[in-house]
Amino acid sequence: MARSAEESARTAAAAAVRESYGKLLAFLAARTRDVAAAEDALAEAVAAALADWPLRGVPRSPEAWLLAVARRKFIDQARRRQSAEAAGDHLRLIAEELAEAAGMATIPDNRLALMFACAHPALDAGIRAPLMLQAILGLDAATIAAAFLVSPAAMGQRLARAKSKIRQAGIPFRVPERAELGERLHSVLEAIYAAFAEGWSDPVGTEIRRRDLAEEAIWLGRLVCSLLPGEAEALGLLALMLHAEARRKARRDAQGEYVPLAEQDPALWDAPLIAEAEVLLFRAGAMDAIGRFQLEAAVQSAHVVRRHGGRSDWSAILRLYDALWAMTGSPVVAVNRAVALAEVKDPAAGIAALDALQSDDRLAEYQPYWAARAGLLASAGNAAAADEAYEQAIGLEHDPAVRRFLERRRRALRG
Amino acid sequence: MKYMLLIYSNEAAFEAAGKAEVQEIVGAYQAYTQALTKAGVIVASDRLQRSASATTVRTADGKTKVLNGPYAETKEQLGGFYMIDVPDLDAALTWAARCPGASHGAVEVRPVWAM
Repeated sequence: MARSAEESARTAAAAAVRESYGKLLAFLAARTRDVAAAEDALAEAVAAALADWPLRGVPRSPEAWLLAVARRKFIDQARRRQSAEAAGDHLRLIAEELAEAAGMATIPDNRLALMFACAHPALDAGIRAPLMLQAILGLDAATIAAAFLVSPAAMGQRLARAKSKIRQAGIPFRVPERAELGERLHSVLEAIYAAFAEGWSDPVGTEIRRRDLAEEAIWLGRLVCSLLPGEAEALGLLALMLHAEARRKARRDAQGEYVPLAEQDPALWDAPLIAEAEVLLFRAGAMDAIGRFQLEAAVQSAHVVRRHGGRSDWSAILRLYDALWAMTGSPVVAVNRAVALAEVKDPAAGIAALDALQSDDRLAEYQPYWAARAGLLASAGNAAAADEAYEQAIGLEHDPAVRRFLERRRRALRG
Repeated sequence: MKYMLLIYSNEAAFEAAGKAEVQEIVGAYQAYTQALTKAGVIVASDRLQRSASATTVRTADGKTKVLNGPYAETKEQLGGFYMIDVPDLDAALTWAARCPGASHGAVEVRPVWAM
């Protein structure tokens, strides 16, 4: 009992820190464009809060508390630094920001502007998601590195480089003008989705850090939706992530074995998450601005009928993939479209659609292509070719549970 | 902030262009320079002689080496620049995209080291 009270006090403290952290960081970095200096200014205050709040409770104004500590620490640091080196302009600016913020009743929320800076096209696409996770949520480089399967040192270096680029190149902290908002928002959403996909790639959730990343991404998705409630694609992305998250438990059986979507027990899907996703998607649809994330969320939605004993609406899914294919030209979409086509028509039609993709080199090492191919060949009764495709799929899979699943399928071929 | 817009383009293609095409390109640059001037953001600009006229100098161990030709032999060569003063990178990128060089070559946007 005492333990769980302690636990919930810690959780409440962490949640309050997270909510305040991005806001304070965005506020401090907005004028200086110096994310690293703003992080330094907040680091000790955050550590102090995480030690103090679980014991004494979250203060009434967490932001004011953090600011007061940050300001005190910052002045100390600046004093110590003064003899060694002249405080740079950005340090002076940070001091001014801190002083200004201390006099405010509430801190303006610049998090959206910070997200647009983190997902700026002038930064490498691969660093945008890690940067956003660090700047908005305060995750450390080691946690992010573990999720993206790179060494902490390398991740730390790439993050530092991206922050220097923001400062040196003068990347603005601003929500873009209407004319370019769509395209720029897309890169923010892409980065959030990349974070989600990293968390999602460990479906069993054995690695706590990876599972958390999916939750962090959903948190970011909610934040964007609350700050830009009129953007259909932002709602679409959140709906997509919630649909996927709703199936987390159903993706493994009691023994921890992989269960493909077609064989999942819909009773295990999380009903409140699905309901929330459906409402979001409906709201997005009414905005009449269709996009990639809404289409993908709609595909997920078409499986939901199974909860009421129905069959997934494959002709709707096929139409959605047709639209996605026309929009993105992505080979990943083409593979999914072939599977839907096989469901609507027959396996031969799906195989023919996959054959048409063979010239695309990007698919040669794409596991789902081979798994889909193997499944369709097996359904069509072509055991020899299916066996070969399964072998390729197994060789490319990194998740042992999925590998075992594919091996079982392959063995079943031999009857 | 000050930014350099460095214009890289294919010199051979430009030389092979017909008179009308050259006139059109020159006209486009004049209009662009005019627009930058009207917006009050231009600091400096110049067109460079072709890269075949370049000479590259290095000094090592007290010895000076002089080489005929540009620093790097690439298909697209630095052909000119604009220096502009705008609030942030987005504004610089917007101007870079309007530069005629962006459509017949590439424009590298580099912030100037603030002293």
